[in-house]
Amino acid sequence: MPSMYHQVLIVGGGLAALRAAIEAKEAGLDVAVMTRVHPVRSHSVAAQGGVNAALANAEKGRDDTIEKHAFDTVKGSDFLADQPAAITMTADAPLRIYEMEHWGCPFSRTDEGKIAQRPFGGAGYPRTCYAADKTGHALLHTMYEQAVKRNIKIYEEWTVLSLVIDGGVCRGVIALNLRDGDLVPVGADAVIFGTGGTGRVYGRSTNSIIVTGSGMAVAYYAGVPLKDMEFIQFHPTSLFGNNVLITEGARGEGGYLRNANGERFMEKYAPKAMELGPRDIVARSIQTEINEGRGFPGGYVHLDLTHLGAKKILERLPAIRDISINFVGVDPIEKPIPIQPGQHYSMGGIDTDADGATVIKGFYAAGECACVSVHGANRLGGNSLLETIVFGQRSGAHAAGYVRGGGKGGPDERLLREHLHRMRERWEDLRAADGPEDPAAIRDLMKETMIEKVGIFRDEAQMSEAVEAIKKLQERYRRIHVGYRGRRFNLDLLRTYELGMKLDLAEIIAKGALNRQESRGSHARTDYKERDDANWLKHTMAHHTPDGPRFDFKAVEVTKWQPEARRY
Amino acid sequence: MSITDTKPRPEDLRSVIVNVFRFDPATTDEPHYDSYKVPMTGSMTVLDLLFYLLEHEDGSLAFRYACREAICGSCALYVNGTYRLACKTQLKDLKAEEISISPLPHLKVIKDLVVDMDPFWEKYERIRPYLINDEAPPEKEFIQSAADRLKMDDMVDCILCGACHSSCPQVWTDEEYLGPAALLKLNRFTVDTRDRGNKERTKLFDNEQGVWRCHTIFNCVEACPKSINQTYSIQHLKRRAVARRLGMK
Repeated sequence: MPSMYHQVLIVGGGLAALRAAIEAKEAGLDVAVMTRVHPVRSHSVAAQGGVNAALANAEKGRDDTIEKHAFDTVKGSDFLADQPAAITMTADAPLRIYEMEHWGCPFSRTDEGKIAQRPFGGAGYPRTCYAADKTGHALLHTMYEQAVKRNIKIYEEWTVLSLVIDGGVCRGVIALNLRDGDLVPVGADAVIFGTGGTGRVYGRSTNSIIVTGSGMAVAYYAGVPLKDMEFIQFHPTSLFGNNVLITEGARGEGGYLRNANGERFMEKYAPKAMELGPRDIVARSIQTEINEGRGFPGGYVHLDLTHLGAKKILERLPAIRDISINFVGVDPIEKPIPIQPGQHYSMGGIDTDADGATVIKGFYAAGECACVSVHGANRLGGNSLLETIVFGQRSGAHAAGYVRGGGKGGPDERLLREHLHRMRERWEDLRAADGPEDPAAIRDLMKETMIEKVGIFRDEAQMSEAVEAIKKLQERYRRIHVGYRGRRFNLDLLRTYELGMKLDLAEIIAKGALNRQESRGSHARTDYKERDDANWLKHTMAHHTPDGPRFDFKAVEVTKWQPEARRY
Repeated sequence: MSITDTKPRPEDLRSVIVNVFRFDPATTDEPHYDSYKVPMTGSMTVLDLLFYLLEHEDGSLAFRYACREAICGSCALYVNGTYRLACKTQLKDLKAEEISISPLPHLKVIKDLVVDMDPFWEKYERIRPYLINDEAPPEKEFIQSAADRLKMDDMVDCILCGACHSSCPQVWTDEEYLGPAALLKLNRFTVDTRDRGNKERTKLFDNEQGVWRCHTIFNCVEACPKSINQTYSIQHLKRRAVARRLGMK
């Protein structure tokens, strides 16, 4: 029987993946989407506060421009973003947002009936388009509707275990059909990853449980470098207890942060922007308050919305009210929400250009799994949803052009079988694994190590300990056992396989962070407190070797704005 | 209700008996419930519990999950006789000594708590679940008043978890009935001022297997973990159908 084959195979079911699929399908190609969960379950659905575009719809935003959006993005990135990429993203932003609106996205509205925009951190104007506090849900459901309209083939509950590469050209993937446990070779002329971030490498993550970083790891093993992985965003406000996200929109709508003494402490750290400083600064400020004993027992502060009034909260922030009531029994109309910073986003990822292209011909990445780079050392709130729809579209278009201009036209059976054979050996070895080590214990230790030692504040001693600890966990992983050897819907086996990938990603993050002897954006070192443009205005590139990552560096594209001090 | 740490404090620990539905159609085993005794902490959710079982008791357990914050719709289950999202249901709120966890009833089981949702998605696809408007779009956004946007509020909150579909006796007995989730979605476009698909959609819902199969039993409303009123939407569509037949608009 010949292998499965599609001209363009998209891996992932979130916003970037579906947008890429739509673009390639519109170009008349045979397109399929392969996704670990049904598309509407993807992590994009959990985005809350909004998506940025300089539409100038808000009363206080009339002077907003694409250029100002680009500058805010670059400044927010602590000047590590590639400036042409940031300009591309912000220039495409209005097109993509209007497109989503024309496709039926239920955005909230201004009094004039335009798309409503709210203030967000690090932005000069109210620029964040929103649908109450369920913007990701509104966008993803709309995007899925458009995929259904175009009859795009979807393989649900499949995941990709490896890329099939031949002479620097991508020829397909080896996939796992979770429902029957089969490993399946799938030929493709172009493969686009929209597989999301690495959140669950960390403890205290806001991310969906499915955000394992597996797409990044698969690309890395296939020889694609991962860029700037040490830059991990900690969201200032995650719910104390289970770290569910409490949107930045809550502060955009006027919420206050208060310490245990009732003080609005942001006046010490960002006197102008206050609660609407960029995320890295606000997260550090909260953590400083907690570390210096002005937090509440257990380690949290208050996000106070009580002064906003019931009407505004019910209209603009209904979901976070539900979350707060449901998980900690606090109604934000009456009482402040207990919050602490939580791991939220991976600025780094698969090294791509502004068309999603990588060093492997025919292999693309878009969204959180990719690093273009537009977020640099710190992403602005509202720019991640934007990244998905802008670079999803661009990678879909570029991949379609690539395939039309001379795609290989069919599966290479011999090559696919060879790769299948190799992958199957590894998979069966793991399925039979019978060592003494417990994957759950290793997973827990990894997450704790990363949040405790490669967290908001970092120093050499702690990060060296983290590198050592991860190394030990990798050794223990080699003596692991799998509890269930059946094939159908074997979560135990898949999660154990993913744990191996997570450990390798943790290693890259920790080593990259240890290398970088400066403080920039989300990477805040107590032993190197200043940004060091002379030595470190460069991207970290991690290349896979059998002995762990090999690092080198790549220049940052500084074309328009010279680095300056970040004040807010 | 108190705020709880992620790590259990000894004083919070107590045990609970959990009975979980098990079935693998690929084996000769009959469907049955496995019973476990599980240490439970103050804020433990049903989803936390399932992960505990997977990691510490039985690696063969199958269930769906993703966001763990009640927005992705993966984990609708039938818990102690009620439709619930596993992720937002805390064990202590069940106020029960024993907890019974079953897959969504009336759907084919793939394995354990994982059901075949294809019939649900087929209905969703059948109602043409996307904005229909063949006119050239405006240069910027469509203008839609805040009041008009508000009319969709309830309907656009649906997370497509399938609880309503699973709860509806009319869905159980009529394979062709569109069911509450698809009809809710259909109504969402009917009230969207940007949509021009009313004419073609009327054919889809104004028939025996459309809105007229709904006998206002309200199971869907009771089952919905997002407190959406599907029956309201179905009744709205019925009114439209009657008005159209009477020559009113």
